[in-house]
Amino acid sequence: MRTSRLASRLASFILVLALPLGAAAQQLTVSAAASLTDAFKELGARFEAGKPGATVRFNFAASGVLLQQIGQGAPVDVFASADQDTMNRAAEQKLIDTATRKDFATNSVVLIEPAKDGPGLKTLQDLAGPGVRKIAIGKTATVPVGRYTREVLESAGLWTRLEPRFVQADSVRQVLDYVGRGEVEAGFVYRTDAAIMGDRVRVVLTATGHTPVSYPVAVVADSREKALARDFVAFLSTEPAQQTLARFGFGFGKP
Amino acid sequence: MDWSPLVLSVKVAAFATLLALLAGVALGWVFARRRFAGSSVIESIFMLPLVLPPTVIGYAILMAAGRRSPLGGWLRDHFDYTIIFSWHGAVVASAVVALPLVLKSASAAFEHVDRTLEAAASTLRQSPFSVFVRVTLPLAWPGILAGTLLAFARAMGEFGASLMVAGSIPKQTQTLSMAIYDAAQAGNDDLALVLVVVTSLLSITVLVLSNRFFSLR
Repeated sequence: MRTSRLASRLASFILVLALPLGAAAQQLTVSAAASLTDAFKELGARFEAGKPGATVRFNFAASGVLLQQIGQGAPVDVFASADQDTMNRAAEQKLIDTATRKDFATNSVVLIEPAKDGPGLKTLQDLAGPGVRKIAIGKTATVPVGRYTREVLESAGLWTRLEPRFVQADSVRQVLDYVGRGEVEAGFVYRTDAAIMGDRVRVVLTATGHTPVSYPVAVVADSREKALARDFVAFLSTEPAQQTLARFGFGFGKP
Repeated sequence: MDWSPLVLSVKVAAFATLLALLAGVALGWVFARRRFAGSSVIESIFMLPLVLPPTVIGYAILMAAGRRSPLGGWLRDHFDYTIIFSWHGAVVASAVVALPLVLKSASAAFEHVDRTLEAAASTLRQSPFSVFVRVTLPLAWPGILAGTLLAFARAMGEFGASLMVAGSIPKQTQTLSMAIYDAAQAGNDDLALVLVVVTSLLSITVLVLSNRFFSLR
């Protein structure tokens, strides 16, 4: 008797858990490149403050992974990618509303090493030296910074030579983490990422020879909150938003 | 088609299973035959990988053997060696995760061994080690082997802990499960599907074999 009462209580408790939570009046889901994590969290709060009743939730990952998710029907309203290439693919697959596409920030690629016990790199050529065992780069298939890195190393004629040393990471933040922990001797991230772990990683040089890093944003074609999504895209170009992005180290205009 | 993930998976799982087998048989025998204060707590600790998220195992190994850890630093300074981002790291991670399966099966198998047979062997002037090798182990063997095959299947399926410790480096540490993850992330559905089928067939084979040995018991 007692056990059956306990069982029925447990069952009703589980059923209550299964009930959908009262959805917020307006909820916006923004899928953004991993490098935008810190800046966008702050921008989200600012945007919410200006739109009572609206909440913004973020989904941060490598741009290529976000594209896959949207292609598979993930309920996303705004997509911000760390390169034009990924956004072009989104446009080809008709996943975004191309009329809303806009570039809102720029960045640069830097070579970093662990601040504490790094190999003391000075040039790209040093990556081929004996003090470097592993080099972290973004997965070239899905992580934009990985593709920028490949362009950098290919134009320096080092890509094939360094290939056995590569550890491919799931996102730019994983590259940053590997270098910050000292598990690899070097890695390629954005200037803005290196700034976040300024105490644990040292910037060796700013890379050249790659496609300019610019961030496009667009409203997702299947969005159910198109008006709010357009507002968010427009908000990114406002003065306060650009100031926030600048504080995190992002640039604007022509990269 | 690049078969290196399959080869690597089998290699990593084989070494991991060997480690788990040696440790699992020794520990299983201890927990089946020698009860001491705190032995059930210690046994629970060895069983933890069965229930903990693999990320916890991966993090623990990084903390214990990472470059900045005492052990990792020592290995690096004296032998210029690290398990991080090498297939050895995947072996360690898979062995830790697979150990409980051998341990539990071995411990149960040892408990089922008829103690009078061991006592009889002792009266025939066999040393304790000789009794273990010639009487206990042969009697417990089917159970241990079944557990070992399960451990092999588990090691083949390891993903989270190995990814954290060894990364997913093509041809070096990228096992089947990691290759599937990468292919799915990159939208390479055809490759993902082929790898999923290969992994499933391999796992089913191992499980069928394992069932055979369990029914032998």
